[in-house]
Amino acid sequence: MARAISKRRTVIVTILAWTIGLLIFFPILWTVITSFKTEAEAIADPPSLFWFNWTLENYNVVNARSNYPLHFMNSVIISLGSTLIGLAIAVPAAWSMAFVPSKQTKNILMWMLSTKMLPSVGVLIPIYLISRNLGLLDSRIALVVILTLINLPIIVWMLYTYFKEIPIDILEAARMDGASLKSEILYILTPMALPGIASTMLLNIILAWNEAFWTLNLTAAKAAPLTAFIASYSSPEGLFYAKLSAASTMAIAPILIMGWFSQKQLVRGLTFGAVK
Amino acid sequence: MSTQHSRSAARIMIAPATFLLLAWMLIPLCMTLYYSFRRYRLLTPDRQGWVGFRNYENFLTNPAFTSALINTLVLVLGVLIITVVLGILLAILLDQPFKGQGIVRILVIAPFFVMPTVSALVWKNMFMNPVNGLFAYAAKAVGLEPYDFLSQAPLMSIIGIVSWQWLPFATLILLTAIQSLDSEQMEAAEMDGASALNRFWFITLPHLSRAITVVILIQTIFLLSIFAEILVTTNGGPGTASTNLTYLVYAESLLNYDVGEGSAGGVVAIILANIVAIFLMRAIGKNLDA
Amino acid sequence: MIIRRALLNTAAGIGLVAGITSAVSAEEITIATVNNGDMIRMQELSSQWEEATGNTIEWAVLEENALRQRVTTDIATGGGQYDVMTIGTYEVPIWGKQGWLMSLNDLPAEWDQADILPAIAGGLTVEGELYAAPFYGESSMVMYRTDLMEAAGLEMPEAPTWTFIREAAAEMTDRENEIYGICARGKAGWGENMAFLTAMSNSFGARWFDEEWNAQFDGEAWANTLNFYVDMMNESGPPGASSNGFNENLTLFQTGKCGMWIDATVAASFITNPNDSQVADSVGFALAPDNGLGPRGNWLWAWSLAVPTSTDAPDAAKSFVAWATSKEYTELVAENEGWANVPPGTRTSLYENPNYASVPFAKMTLDSINSADPNNPTVDPVPYTGVQFVAIPEFQGIATAVGQQFSAALAGTTSVEDALANAQELTTSEMQDAGYQD
Repeated sequence: MARAISKRRTVIVTILAWTIGLLIFFPILWTVITSFKTEAEAIADPPSLFWFNWTLENYNVVNARSNYPLHFMNSVIISLGSTLIGLAIAVPAAWSMAFVPSKQTKNILMWMLSTKMLPSVGVLIPIYLISRNLGLLDSRIALVVILTLINLPIIVWMLYTYFKEIPIDILEAARMDGASLKSEILYILTPMALPGIASTMLLNIILAWNEAFWTLNLTAAKAAPLTAFIASYSSPEGLFYAKLSAASTMAIAPILIMGWFSQKQLVRGLTFGAVK
Repeated sequence: MSTQHSRSAARIMIAPATFLLLAWMLIPLCMTLYYSFRRYRLLTPDRQGWVGFRNYENFLTNPAFTSALINTLVLVLGVLIITVVLGILLAILLDQPFKGQGIVRILVIAPFFVMPTVSALVWKNMFMNPVNGLFAYAAKAVGLEPYDFLSQAPLMSIIGIVSWQWLPFATLILLTAIQSLDSEQMEAAEMDGASALNRFWFITLPHLSRAITVVILIQTIFLLSIFAEILVTTNGGPGTASTNLTYLVYAESLLNYDVGEGSAGGVVAIILANIVAIFLMRAIGKNLDA
Repeated sequence: MIIRRALLNTAAGIGLVAGITSAVSAEEITIATVNNGDMIRMQELSSQWEEATGNTIEWAVLEENALRQRVTTDIATGGGQYDVMTIGTYEVPIWGKQGWLMSLNDLPAEWDQADILPAIAGGLTVEGELYAAPFYGESSMVMYRTDLMEAAGLEMPEAPTWTFIREAAAEMTDRENEIYGICARGKAGWGENMAFLTAMSNSFGARWFDEEWNAQFDGEAWANTLNFYVDMMNESGPPGASSNGFNENLTLFQTGKCGMWIDATVAASFITNPNDSQVADSVGFALAPDNGLGPRGNWLWAWSLAVPTSTDAPDAAKSFVAWATSKEYTELVAENEGWANVPPGTRTSLYENPNYASVPFAKMTLDSINSADPNNPTVDPVPYTGVQFVAIPEFQGIATAVGQQFSAALAGTTSVEDALANAQELTTSEMQDAGYQD
């Protein structure tokens, strides 16, 4: 009898979970579907879910009008660049915070996080003027630097929570065995820390990819990433739902696919030490 | 001796991150402070000069300021409440065994990957538009008058959009936390005849407190500076109904081109953000034992 | 890129043609422009200019408000990110005076400066220097559905009054079938709802400022304007009117949901184009409405191409500007897309061209442009120029804030009285701040 109940329960849970999952996902699905419609079908009432003439026309239009490869490459360079530099700076910092904690560690960590609360817009004009004086307006370098700094606190914190979980006893045992600092890092710590670093990296790439304040305000054309690309489709002439959908799909597809593939790492990293 | 050695090594390793963040904070902050006491309008740059606290006076007495303050709070709290409550419910649901867990999880996490500008554009045009939006079609299909979300309930609509973006984040953290719950404890409670509600209240919820704390902390950091969603959907309107502090500072500096007043607003926003930060760290920091 | 350069080098090496020399010193220019149909067409056709000169173009195509914010920030801080900027009649005189724009008096003779419509050229000239080349000029007019007008048993006069428009709108409205009598801008912004409302207020005898720069929103004329607008839109406007700008209304009209639409004359070519518009064969045009006081409710605007002084490629930039605003460009568009789609409203020669005369909205566009007078826009005297704007640097900021108030009045979240009182208060304080009343 108990089995019957649990079986029925599983069915109910399955239906409920799938319904909610599909509801949450629906806006994205709808965007992708609309991107294959003609403009007229995109606003047809009643709307059609699958039964329409699928067309690639919108993608052609968007490709002809915008330099998608350029914006895509800019997004890749900016998000990857800022993430790698950020990791290079953050790994040693998080490392020493985790293994050689002092009284200030917690304060420094909290202070770093609080810098993330500063409203970007309050310092836009100063940053704009500095970039201009350095000749870095509309350059990827400026964006890489700024996004590195913006996301640094999150990187440090995530890495810190990871490193803290590494049992320190192992290190001591290794030292007893006469391992040098170099081999300590290379053969013992790195393998243990790598999953943490990987998931930090993934989260940070997503954050940088989607950052839409600095990337919009400090670029014109040459360094403009996909956030700027989508901005030019925000309300063009006349009917635009299908074109907007195509552009949106092109802007989010790369990161969505990457996110799905690396879901497991990402979820683990996302917990920010919240789960022990 | 070795600790002494590693102490100083540790300091050297922390230094670059600390130094960079300090510079990143201080240099623009000083420039913002400088401009906040000056008259500097982008379109009439020749009329510059010191104006004392004039910019602060203007910003703080601007009727939009109070509503922006309230809107910021409503926005942050609204999204936090929605995402935490729904996140817990969803996490409990997804924790049950069912068919296709992996796929459902992929569906649920997806909004987190969508860039804010895209999600705002899609919601605004394809769902909330009162003439051609999907919600309008749905309303008409059941014989209702289409509701004009973005002009009748702009702030609530934005809260809805932002919650959609952040729900995956909350759900996933909470789900991971629930999965780490000791199942023996649960079973023991069940044996003792504790109701499902009681079990949730006395076992699950306390267990989740740390995860909830993290959700609140991280989300607050991002929610305080919500900008793209407002810019794309309502431009802060109608009136100032959906203007938050970030958007107000943006409007002063880049729509009014009044860098002086915008900088004063920036300083005010920074002070307020720090108050929130201190409050949060106090309330939450302990729970984190970072 | 590499292949192209290699080809050019070889070509230069062989010494094919003299024209190649300019290609060897190929430059890259960045152009900021609005995502309007005409501009997007320019972007598509610009490869011809690239091929002819060997230069290359990076495009920054943006929505109007974003474009304005970006180019203004750039030019005011000397950012130098753009070599050609798309700006309007409002910015040109102010920026020209600041010395931020290059004079275009030295464009080649065949560009024919004298051919530019005087009403348009006047707005782009400061002390004899032309600071921007008009890409297209526009006024505003009434565009309406002839079939719906007929069904309502009415006939649109060539020069309607506001009262007629309001009554006709109520007659045409059929909410069951999603037909709304009147579409007009409601989205906040000085170039959105405030362009419409300021032009409309002129015909109601209102003005922004008296001759001492005192704000006039507490006057009866503004109350009449705003009440009329809000009442008419509530009676016969589409839902969500307070977030509709030009593009939103264009979509509504093209999908047959507007009976009448008062907006930019350039829209005429989009709504009569059967590829985009479901109502292309039943569109009529009339002058913008008036109240018998003299001024009509139409504006005057020219999207123009300007070269900022901060550019590092002035020659290439000017060469592009001259190309995109030339008679040859007009012909190029006519060849590719037909005469109805050429950028209108800038050149006398276009309206003398017999090919263009057959375009249904050509005459109404020209009449509308000619009936707007930026130097005497209002019934009572004013200290400023500009029909739908006030040509002072402070206007954008003030009008954006006022636009928020009026948009809220339309959405019904504020009363008309409160919106006007707030507008009065914020305008007065901004103007005092800016030192106009010292």
